[in-house]
Amino acid sequence: MIVRRTFTRWLVALAVLHGIVVCAGFFAPYDPVEQDRKSPYLPPMRLHLADAHGHLHARAFVYSLKLREGSFDQYEEDTTEPHPVKFFLRGARYRLLGFLPCQMHLFGVENARIYLLGTDAYGRDQLSRLLFGGQVSLLAGLLGAGITLLIGLSIGSVAGYFGGWRDGLLMRVAELFLALPWLYLLFALRAFLPLAVGPLKAFFLIIAVIGAVGWARPARLVRGVVLSAKERDFVRAARGFGATNGYLLRRHILPQTSSVLLTQAAILIPQYVLAEMTLSFLGLGVPEPVPSWGNLLSSLQQYSVLVSYWWMYLPALIIVPFFLGYLGLASSLQERREAYKIQYKGAVSGV
Amino acid sequence: MKKARAKTHCCWILSNLLLSLFALLGPLAAASPQQKSTREELLVLPGEVGRSGGRLVMSLRGEPKTLNPLIAADARSREVIGVMQADLVHINRATQLTEPALAKSWKVSPNGLEYTLVLRQGIRFSDGQPLDADDVLFTFRVYLDEKVHATQHDFLIVGGKPITVRKLDAYTVVFQLAKPYGAGERLFDGFYILPRHLLEKLYQEGKFDQAGTLATAANAWAGLGPFRLKEYVVGQRLVLERNPYYWKADAKGNRLPYLDELVFLFVQNADAQVLKFRSGETDVISQIGAENFTVLSRQQNGYTMTDAGPGLEYYFLFFNLSEAGEKTPAEMRRRQKWFREIKFRQAVSAAVDRDAIVRLVYQGRGAPLWGLVAPGNRRWGNEKLAHPARSLERARTLLKEGGFSWNNGANGEYTLLDAEGKPVEFSILTSSSNANYPKMAALIQDDLRQLGMRVQVVPLEFRSLLDRVLQTKEFDACLLGLVSFDADPTADTNVWLSSGGSHLWNPSQAHPATEWEAEIDRLMEQQLAAPSFEQRKKLYDRLQEILAEEQPMIFLASPDILVGAKNVVGNFQPAVLEPYVLWNVEQLYLKNGAENATR
Repeated sequence: MIVRRTFTRWLVALAVLHGIVVCAGFFAPYDPVEQDRKSPYLPPMRLHLADAHGHLHARAFVYSLKLREGSFDQYEEDTTEPHPVKFFLRGARYRLLGFLPCQMHLFGVENARIYLLGTDAYGRDQLSRLLFGGQVSLLAGLLGAGITLLIGLSIGSVAGYFGGWRDGLLMRVAELFLALPWLYLLFALRAFLPLAVGPLKAFFLIIAVIGAVGWARPARLVRGVVLSAKERDFVRAARGFGATNGYLLRRHILPQTSSVLLTQAAILIPQYVLAEMTLSFLGLGVPEPVPSWGNLLSSLQQYSVLVSYWWMYLPALIIVPFFLGYLGLASSLQERREAYKIQYKGAVSGV
Repeated sequence: MKKARAKTHCCWILSNLLLSLFALLGPLAAASPQQKSTREELLVLPGEVGRSGGRLVMSLRGEPKTLNPLIAADARSREVIGVMQADLVHINRATQLTEPALAKSWKVSPNGLEYTLVLRQGIRFSDGQPLDADDVLFTFRVYLDEKVHATQHDFLIVGGKPITVRKLDAYTVVFQLAKPYGAGERLFDGFYILPRHLLEKLYQEGKFDQAGTLATAANAWAGLGPFRLKEYVVGQRLVLERNPYYWKADAKGNRLPYLDELVFLFVQNADAQVLKFRSGETDVISQIGAENFTVLSRQQNGYTMTDAGPGLEYYFLFFNLSEAGEKTPAEMRRRQKWFREIKFRQAVSAAVDRDAIVRLVYQGRGAPLWGLVAPGNRRWGNEKLAHPARSLERARTLLKEGGFSWNNGANGEYTLLDAEGKPVEFSILTSSSNANYPKMAALIQDDLRQLGMRVQVVPLEFRSLLDRVLQTKEFDACLLGLVSFDADPTADTNVWLSSGGSHLWNPSQAHPATEWEAEIDRLMEQQLAAPSFEQRKKLYDRLQEILAEEQPMIFLASPDILVGAKNVVGNFQPAVLEPYVLWNVEQLYLKNGAENATR
């Protein structure tokens, strides 16, 4: 029971996080590629309740930041006019869920701009980029993991079920893949691809590349499960009744791999999100100006950014709740599987 | 390489460290040669008298490849060679005018074809051997020898014929040109005089290119510069020591240079240079980006950062206008049709926000650019050239006139369509070696998005980029920077002549592809042969107008030269010509006996 409750809790937490990212357009105050060229490297604005004269306001507000005279990146608050934070404002156009044209934003200010997480070198809103960047990074992780599991499942089940030389060959190939330094492989693969690719193409290329690299481990796990499953009494019985290979696999064997696959998925998704971030960080991922979490961090390669603008690190923190969510989910899935096993075993011995 | 140089290259800006041209040393202001003794004619430099001794350390982004001035092609080698060698006539990096160097005086014949140079008497190479006219003859023989492949070789071909050199007496040489040369004696700057006694044998054996490797023993290498080779440690540093025979003295008659040692540390990249300078391991820093300059300026403890003003670097965007060959894909030809449309190029130029580039990329430490003459060049800019402010309105009008139209998509997005109704989409190549390039490209990408153009930015490693632009010509548009090695327009001949190898938008043409390119060729040749500055300036002004009209290169910005030095370094006077901080290295000194202990 406890296991189930933690599992649900993790699932809900993840669903909320993903929901925010999926509806990035609504939660983000601005268009992620819009450049506010007057405000490069603007630090996160502070939300105030009390103004410069000591008056309390019912609504949280921000002060605009203006450049200090003769400076490039030193800002100070312009306390002449408070800009209250308003909700459900109309602003930049976006497409909700990718197709619904929409202009409504959760929050914003009127006659000024609000940058809760600061801006980057071009004056683009970091918060908006972070939310939209999640769409790219998370989708890459999800789809990449999907591809990997599909390949792993097919290869693992063929190897485990048919055995013999097929098993030997496939598992040796899998070992080869495990031994490969995958990061360098990604570099090499990406280098073969055409130079000028559009954002969408680049995105699918990355997914294909990272998805195709990591199949070996799930394949081995699936193979193990299939090996033990095909010797189960009920499988043998089914075969005795004349069931075909296809029927056996589909009906009796593959369903048993589901918990292994789910756990693998929960582990692989954050891993692949990280892979996408690595590629984008190194400039091999989705091209600018499309945001992705890796792109957001790539400016940190410069020493001057590293020592000057602390808010540029914030995108690195965003992965913490996501990874925590996925890994928590993975471990509760694992526990659930263990619990199920114990139950199952009990049932068997009871017979 | 410097100057006109009808063929070879103008310099490419490679990473922050622009592939520079010769580091040269020069006297501070126009100094008249003075006889110090009958035996040795020292050049006396005015300016602050320093104190002798000490070691100056600076960092280089990578190792120099050679000490041989003839085959040096990379910026690091040139920087190092510049402090070890000297030339006959030298361009003062501060005044941008020529001054006597190894030649104490020169005369030009009335027809402008004959230059008679008189050498300083009694001066010696850094190994103590005397210099005379034979060394000069030998030097130019080697430079002109095609088998040596000297990088500066082409600059000695004036009017289609190689310069000839003959000796009048032990200290007088005559240079004969086939055609008058507009830049005059600037020609001699950067041709380092070689020690015949060390190199003649190698040259005769045909092994000249093996001379001057970094592994050369200190006593097997000599020059006429202020420093000579002492020690080279692979991957770590190059140590030079004071040349005791150097031919310059300060106002009090002390022989220069002041410093005992000059050390070049090899580091990985610009950030490493900054860290070394910040921690005090190096004494001077040169050619840093605006961001690093800001970081270093924030807490200047013990050092001072200097913005020397705009240099001769210029950044620009250009489109591929090369002849479509058989193999050119149809896609490419379709895009080239847009690029060839002058209104299209003018529209792009009108839409580019140059001020934003200066502000966001250079943090305001630079100047927007509308023409080819960078603001660091004091004499050659065309003041009448218009500096139109950014106008999307004008850009849209121009595009409309050029036959383009817009398609209004849902959700407020719109796309620029060409005459055939196809969307305008192209990519901008740029170098990944320097963070400024992709940044500039990203700004332009956004500028053009507002015109409905879909632009991809493709950062590429510098060498493969050059290969694409100059060899395979597989690119749409490209964002690059060049740095002129001299303020004289002849420095960039190779960029503007249609036959030039660096005529980027359509390099090495057999015949000028367009009428205006033919006119540029004519103007370039005329200005080279014109006798007076005024006449040359007039021709050059016209050339600038043509480029502003045709926009084969859309000029963007010119960054300031940003340098820094510890406060203990005396006589530190950065110039906007290369080498920015070492040009007066013989006069640099350390105050208060401060000595850098780090090696």
